[in-house]
Amino acid sequence: MILLTQYTLIFASILILVALGGCVSEHSGVINLGLEGIMVIGALGGALVMKYLPAGTSPFVIVILTMMAAIVAGTVYSSLLAVACINFKADQTIIGTALNLLGVAAATVAVKAINIAEDPNNTSSEIVYREGRQAFLTDIGGFELNVFMIIAFVVLIGIAVMLYKTRFGLRLMACGEHPQAADSVGINVYKMRWAGVLLSGALGGLGGIVYITAGVSQWMFENGVAGFGFLALAVMIFGQWKPKHIAWAALLFGFFRALGNVHSGFDFLKALDLPSGVYNMLPYAVSLIVLAFTSKRSRAPKAEGIPYDKGSR
Amino acid sequence: MKYVRAFFKNNGVQSLLSSILCVIIGVLLGYVALLIINAEGAWEAITHVMMNFFTWPEDGPFRLRYFAQTVVYTVPLLMCSLSILFSYKVGLFNIGASGQYMAGAGIAIYAAIAWQMPWYVCLLLAVAAGAVIGAISGALKAYCNVNEVISGIMLNWIILYSVNMLLSSDITKSPTAETYHILHKNPDAMLPTLGLEELVGGYQYFTIAVPIAILVAIAVSIILSKTKFGYELKATGNNKNAAKYCGMREKRNIIVTLCISGALAGLGAALFYLTDIKQWEVNASSVNAMGFNGIAAAFLGCLDPIGAIIASFFIQHITFGGGYIDLSVYSSQISSLISSIIIYLCGFVLFFKYCVNHLIDRSEERKKKREEAALAAEENEVGGDVK
Repeated sequence: MILLTQYTLIFASILILVALGGCVSEHSGVINLGLEGIMVIGALGGALVMKYLPAGTSPFVIVILTMMAAIVAGTVYSSLLAVACINFKADQTIIGTALNLLGVAAATVAVKAINIAEDPNNTSSEIVYREGRQAFLTDIGGFELNVFMIIAFVVLIGIAVMLYKTRFGLRLMACGEHPQAADSVGINVYKMRWAGVLLSGALGGLGGIVYITAGVSQWMFENGVAGFGFLALAVMIFGQWKPKHIAWAALLFGFFRALGNVHSGFDFLKALDLPSGVYNMLPYAVSLIVLAFTSKRSRAPKAEGIPYDKGSR
Repeated sequence: MKYVRAFFKNNGVQSLLSSILCVIIGVLLGYVALLIINAEGAWEAITHVMMNFFTWPEDGPFRLRYFAQTVVYTVPLLMCSLSILFSYKVGLFNIGASGQYMAGAGIAIYAAIAWQMPWYVCLLLAVAAGAVIGAISGALKAYCNVNEVISGIMLNWIILYSVNMLLSSDITKSPTAETYHILHKNPDAMLPTLGLEELVGGYQYFTIAVPIAILVAIAVSIILSKTKFGYELKATGNNKNAAKYCGMREKRNIIVTLCISGALAGLGAALFYLTDIKQWEVNASSVNAMGFNGIAAAFLGCLDPIGAIIASFFIQHITFGGGYIDLSVYSSQISSLISSIIIYLCGFVLFFKYCVNHLIDRSEERKKKREEAALAAEENEVGGDVK
């Protein structure tokens, strides 16, 4: 039971981080379908830092540096989306998809190159970070508290306050609702959208490193992040683009994802004797059903997905 | 000069140029990546990627054989790219093509081995499976307002695990982690070759799948550009509300589009797995990449069915080319790096066209001004004489 709570919380933390990233970006008017790729690149940045930090670095430093690396990697990578979709008015769906494919391909090529350079016989795309991962965990009576659970909570409150209570957040949302109106009162729509996308890149990158360190101590970058970026988008839609609702949605989805990891530990689930594939597809199936019932009354930002053109009415 | 301008103003020419530019930049960036990894063998590696089967000597049997292999693998890619471009023309982004493809593969293999069906039944079942999955996405979009990209991705994962479970049964799974060879279990389910394999040096996987795929591409092209049905679909894509007010059933059109799109992907899977060239891995833990590569092929082919034939052959060509590079230094994923860069660049095609048109307009304006100036000068001269 403790294990289930632990996994639910950590998966929910990832979904909260990434879904908030998507939420910020969509509120500024850009659909960020590239979150999946951004997660991979963020994870790569963080994993490389953990790999190269000398043994014996204090846990605090490890946590800070890993987070910084993931955030920077995600932010830089998301600027590819920003420049194409905001300045060059490219189709946001194509660019997002391209970033997803590019993220996995680039990470695989990079990790393989690093591994081969170290040992010519090692052609896998795997990075091991056993010690680095330990730095995130604190054991409280059998419950492994991950520092990222706290960070996700802080970020959640931070983003909620930013969106609804600060001038920046309200302006950001104006750009997603009616950019022409925002522009007419002197807000620079391009700048605001850039800010939205970069912020979503930072959160996506952070989510990526949490994802790969959630349950394991090594990661095959060939596998990407298994559709988690899209699950986060589903969470965001289910959460009606509102941080508070996103948090509840993330807990729900996190629970189903966690079941896939720990289902063998429950006697009554074991008695059902379902193949593990059923548990693996559970989060996706649940999200599809939930979306079918909630999307009808969805309150998406009005101008999302439409490139801003100063000349158009 | 006039002809040059008219030539560049042609939409088709612009599309072709932008695609070629995307390829060149994509390959260049791939080369840069190879240079960064290891400068010494980079040139050799990138030429291997681009050469693929040309690496083999001309007079040996291997060149033709590996050419045929590339073509056989191009078939499913072409079908997936047709699936994506068909829905994209109607304003829908069918990222669920991978799932529809996997559903088709699962049903085709299961029907062939477990039910001992002949090949045409397997083929039709696969088409139906893809169509049903596509229709689910379409119905969710039309009636529940679920974005087809999100539902497509979710369905991809659901189908991956479902097909794995379906094919894991002892009837279909061999002692290895793959399904049985169809040839050993039910030769009737193999696609007939009709002697086509003689054309490519007896490569037995070269079946009627190849001509079928080309015919389907032509059919899609005709449906989209020459029929009322295709026109209605495209109108729905351009403006859903306008189509509705013109009396078109926009909800039905969305569902039908994704249904056809899914059928194309399912057909692609059957045309591939029923040649028995590859078996299904029942422990696959990631969604089949065919649908995603189809996106690259569709956009690289300028969203034109005939262009898609060339583009998917090219993508498959460099993917296999990736296998020829020195894998102790580089990784074969360099090909997927190149094709993903190409998709990214395809996003800039509109901007590229805008630039070209802008340049042409500017030069036409300048020409007009020059002519006007010349005319004015002439008049001045004439006027001067009178004075």
